[in-house]
Amino acid sequence: MTDTFEIIDLHAKVEDREILKGLNLTIRKGEVHALMGPNGSGKSTLANALMGNPKYSVTQGKILMKGENLLEMEPDERARKGLFLAFQYPCEVPGVRLSNFLRLACNARVGKEIDPMGFYDKLEQKMKYLDVDEQFVRRYLNEGFSGGEKKRNEILQMLMLDPEFAVMDETDSGLDIDALKVVSRGVNELRGPDIGILIITHYERILRYITPDFVHILVDGKIVKSGGADLATHLEEHGYDWITKEAEPVAAKGKQP
Amino acid sequence: MNAPTTEPILGGTYKEGFHDDIKALHKVPKGPSHEVIDYMCDVKGEPDWMRRFRHRSLDLFLKQDLPAWMPGLRDIDYDAITYYASPVEKSARRWEDVPEEIRRTYDKLGIAKEEQKLLGGLGAQIDSEMAYHNIQDSLAKKGIVFLSCDDGMKEYPDIFKEHFAKAIPPEDNKFAALNSAFWSGGSFVYIPKGVKSDIPLSVYFRINAEQFGQFERTLIICEDDSFCHYVEGCSAPVYTTNSLHAAVVEIFVKERARCRYTTIQNWSTDVYNLVTKRAFAYKGAVMEWVDGNLGSKRTVKYPSVYMVGEGAHGEILSLASADKNMWQDAGAKLVFYAPNCTGRINSKSISGHGGRASYRGLVQMNPQAKDCRVQVNCDALILDPQSRTDTYPTMEVDGDLATVEHEASVSNVSEEQIFYLMSRGIKKEDAVSMIVNGFIEPIVKELPMEFAVEINRLINLQMEGSVG
Repeated sequence: MTDTFEIIDLHAKVEDREILKGLNLTIRKGEVHALMGPNGSGKSTLANALMGNPKYSVTQGKILMKGENLLEMEPDERARKGLFLAFQYPCEVPGVRLSNFLRLACNARVGKEIDPMGFYDKLEQKMKYLDVDEQFVRRYLNEGFSGGEKKRNEILQMLMLDPEFAVMDETDSGLDIDALKVVSRGVNELRGPDIGILIITHYERILRYITPDFVHILVDGKIVKSGGADLATHLEEHGYDWITKEAEPVAAKGKQP
Repeated sequence: MNAPTTEPILGGTYKEGFHDDIKALHKVPKGPSHEVIDYMCDVKGEPDWMRRFRHRSLDLFLKQDLPAWMPGLRDIDYDAITYYASPVEKSARRWEDVPEEIRRTYDKLGIAKEEQKLLGGLGAQIDSEMAYHNIQDSLAKKGIVFLSCDDGMKEYPDIFKEHFAKAIPPEDNKFAALNSAFWSGGSFVYIPKGVKSDIPLSVYFRINAEQFGQFERTLIICEDDSFCHYVEGCSAPVYTTNSLHAAVVEIFVKERARCRYTTIQNWSTDVYNLVTKRAFAYKGAVMEWVDGNLGSKRTVKYPSVYMVGEGAHGEILSLASADKNMWQDAGAKLVFYAPNCTGRINSKSISGHGGRASYRGLVQMNPQAKDCRVQVNCDALILDPQSRTDTYPTMEVDGDLATVEHEASVSNVSEEQIFYLMSRGIKKEDAVSMIVNGFIEPIVKELPMEFAVEINRLINLQMEGSVG
């Protein structure tokens, strides 16, 4: 219980349209899962519903993190309990300096004022992993950042906040190959027995740099197929068409192995 | 009457809302009358030209009507207001010589003696008169003059007369006329040629009396190649009646000189704040207004720069926060009378709890203004549906090759931003406060440190309970 993240029969809708239609998935610490799916299959809805975006409403099912019901918590409480979401489109917050923001977020995560020296040491170390210079954290939060910089910033936050479960919503989209390598390096740095990671992606590309333990395929709001890393390779070669055709009969029970 | 009043008009968050029982040495009958002017002139021992000027100004005030575009001021009862009251005889140069009861007031406001160490000079006005005015020896030795405006008139009569009412004559507007009739206190600053006053001169204005009119007058003269930074703050008790603050500030920035004038206005919501501020910038001069309006019932104030010499630069940073029961009608004016001048207006306003913030601005390019450039940005942030913002920009371009850029935006604190910050463990109210403080950051970072801290504190207080 204490090292699992369970999504049970999750139904969620956006503006009265049901997007998730009974999704089941269990992630244990130490595991990296990849969730792949075509456009409109519900990938981003899942990411937002897990974090508690008020625009998305969960109509049925449960989300349990370490046995606790996340649906009863506001987004900030979910984060303080150890959940992290790397956004697909991180928004800009003008006038808020990234370093200040990171410090406040880290304080919130640990529930006390952390030692500034320790904080800056850690920040410097993580920035090195991500190939960003000191100027980066002096800028305002995502303001005027390129797409690649925004994604690096998400990974930097993830490394700083030490989450127990991390969800990455299409972090690879729009990245060139160098940025993708940097981002992957950050994830591999974090990977280990104390964290469970869910990588949500449209393309197999990122999985060449981060080898997942499990791959799931999401079609029309449900997981229709699960397998190992080779499933992603198969998808890359054959596209999503074969799976959507095959999906109908399997869809009822989308449980992972 | 003795107990500090903390009537929670602002939800009890306005910590300057107390008043102290301070005995007035001089007090005149209510209402704007020629008798009051004569009394003031006698008490102050003023020259005849000033007496005549005051009487003429009162006639102008009584004749002049309010401009049609200036709404929300018709309910001021001028006859209920006291036009001169002073608890002090003259302005002290040593803090110890300030009467104890007034020192207590300033202690409560945190204008402790320590502040002098950070400042080049400190002045403190209570009601009509300056209780304290002093300048550091190092600045005085350079020839910098920092006096109450009344003392400036007496000690430097020629310089005073040459500049007084030359930027803002009493004919300019009704409240300039009112100030010209009853002016008292304020500062007289003179920076000689080539002298740089590298530490700010600071003045704090306090209204303590009830139903009172404070009419301070400030005159700043920066001679060629000089520099001056002048900083003012203000507050008043919370009563159930209204007071009036109608100041006039005139600044002359001579060739290649630079002047920065910073205001943090935090009047209680009893105060009508109707201020005329104007600077003349000569050849190559730079004038900067940093204008923060956080309090008052109603503010009508558009700091202006008249660029009268070639290559002058005028800059106005305006920050207004309109909380419950407030209407901030703030803005800026840039008037170009010479070639190759540049100007910039950057205005940010926040309205919450039903407050209203208006930007009213004028950019005027006269025929002499060849090759001038001006950029205007005004951004408004609205915290809840009860609050309101308006923008009234006026551009009059009559020059050759003038470049005028204007950008305006209105935004709400977005759900998306709040969610993003909350997803990092930050509580909702802290997230909102971060977004708002970030919005005003470009202006706050221009302020001296103590003022920046104070602004953030005040904004956070006003934020409480907004954005459900």
